[in-house]
Amino acid sequence: MNAGSLTAKDANLISCTVCHLLCRMPDRKKNAALTCPRCGAVLHSRKPASLSRTWALLAAACIFYIPANVLPITTVTTLGQPQSDTIISSVIYFIRTGMWPIAAVIFTASILVPLLKLLILIYLLTSVHGGWIKRREDRTRLYRITEAVGRWSMVDIYVVTILVALVNLGSLASVQAEAGAVFFGAVVVITMFAAMSFDPRLIWDEKNLTAKPLPKAGNAN
Amino acid sequence: MSRVMACHECDLLQRLPAVSGNVTLKCSRCGAVLYRKRENSLERTLALTLAGLMLFLLANAFPFLSFKMESQVRETNLITGIAELYAQGLEGLALLVFFTTVAVPFLQMAGMLYVLVPLKFGRKARKMMTVFRLVQGMQPWGMMEVFMLGILVSVVKLAKMAQIVPGIAIFAFLTLIFVQAAASSSLDPHIVWEKWEKRL
Repeated sequence: MNAGSLTAKDANLISCTVCHLLCRMPDRKKNAALTCPRCGAVLHSRKPASLSRTWALLAAACIFYIPANVLPITTVTTLGQPQSDTIISSVIYFIRTGMWPIAAVIFTASILVPLLKLLILIYLLTSVHGGWIKRREDRTRLYRITEAVGRWSMVDIYVVTILVALVNLGSLASVQAEAGAVFFGAVVVITMFAAMSFDPRLIWDEKNLTAKPLPKAGNAN
Repeated sequence: MSRVMACHECDLLQRLPAVSGNVTLKCSRCGAVLYRKRENSLERTLALTLAGLMLFLLANAFPFLSFKMESQVRETNLITGIAELYAQGLEGLALLVFFTTVAVPFLQMAGMLYVLVPLKFGRKARKMMTVFRLVQGMQPWGMMEVFMLGILVSVVKLAKMAQIVPGIAIFAFLTLIFVQAAASSSLDPHIVWEKWEKRL
């Protein structure tokens, strides 16, 4: 057990998730929603039903991940010839035509990041269920990164929007957005919600803690 | 002025040392940023948000790309792109793009001004804490910098097909991203909470 690891929960306090005000936990159990006296946010010692919510959202994201990659995201019609592209086929197209930087951006944002996000969240959930005590700091950092990079997956959705708006010259050339883009958008949004519903404090929770003096916060510039 | 705070990522209680100048305090256990102290935080954030709002208007009022192909020219701005998606029957996607690139960034900046302008003059706006809480909650859903990357990818993608001419809006957009990043990093939210607590 760590030295001096008294958490707000152990001290019978709730830290407001929005404004970080420490509030005393009331004695009555199973009460109506508590709100922060300072900012009005709903107070929870831990995010409610964090594990089951995150699992549910992850399951939904995994299901949507399949049509997102199998179905085409755009159909480009040039001089009457339609050509549909999935996420993977557009990455392959960029590699073949020698546009490596773009291929790398699309591959990272649309394939690597969503996949890693799903795997990392599954790993974190498993580690909390198993009560693992090793590498807590690394797992918290992993969570922080996962939450921060998820938004970049939206790049492909924006590219589709711009192409649809710009390339609209009737019979000469036009771009249609397809169902794959909808599923992909859903994957990005659902995994963002999944990351938000996971509570990293669960990584650090353990039973039988003894009260220790408060450590000082590190002073890093 | 030593205060106790719980880390929002690992719940550890710790004392915050008294500090001055621009410093960032990190959790001693998990390394999460606990407190970011900034000098002239309120004034800087106000100035940058005002600049951001003007750039936002420019970015939405002018076309950001024009597309030339065999004597046909097509210009687009953000709203027409979204309207086009909507017209193609992808309403959900259109709403998602509208929400993340237009609605959220605008509401964030407007909400920030609503809270900070009265605060600067020693007053409190009505429902100030609720507005401030909502502004903070919107943070992950404003994705203008991701949209900018999307523009770059599209330009490269289309460069072979046709001539692409960047418009005024694209430069406004690019500047806006940096201004917004500066605004959000210059804000010390504790200033707002503390001012509210002191009842001014």
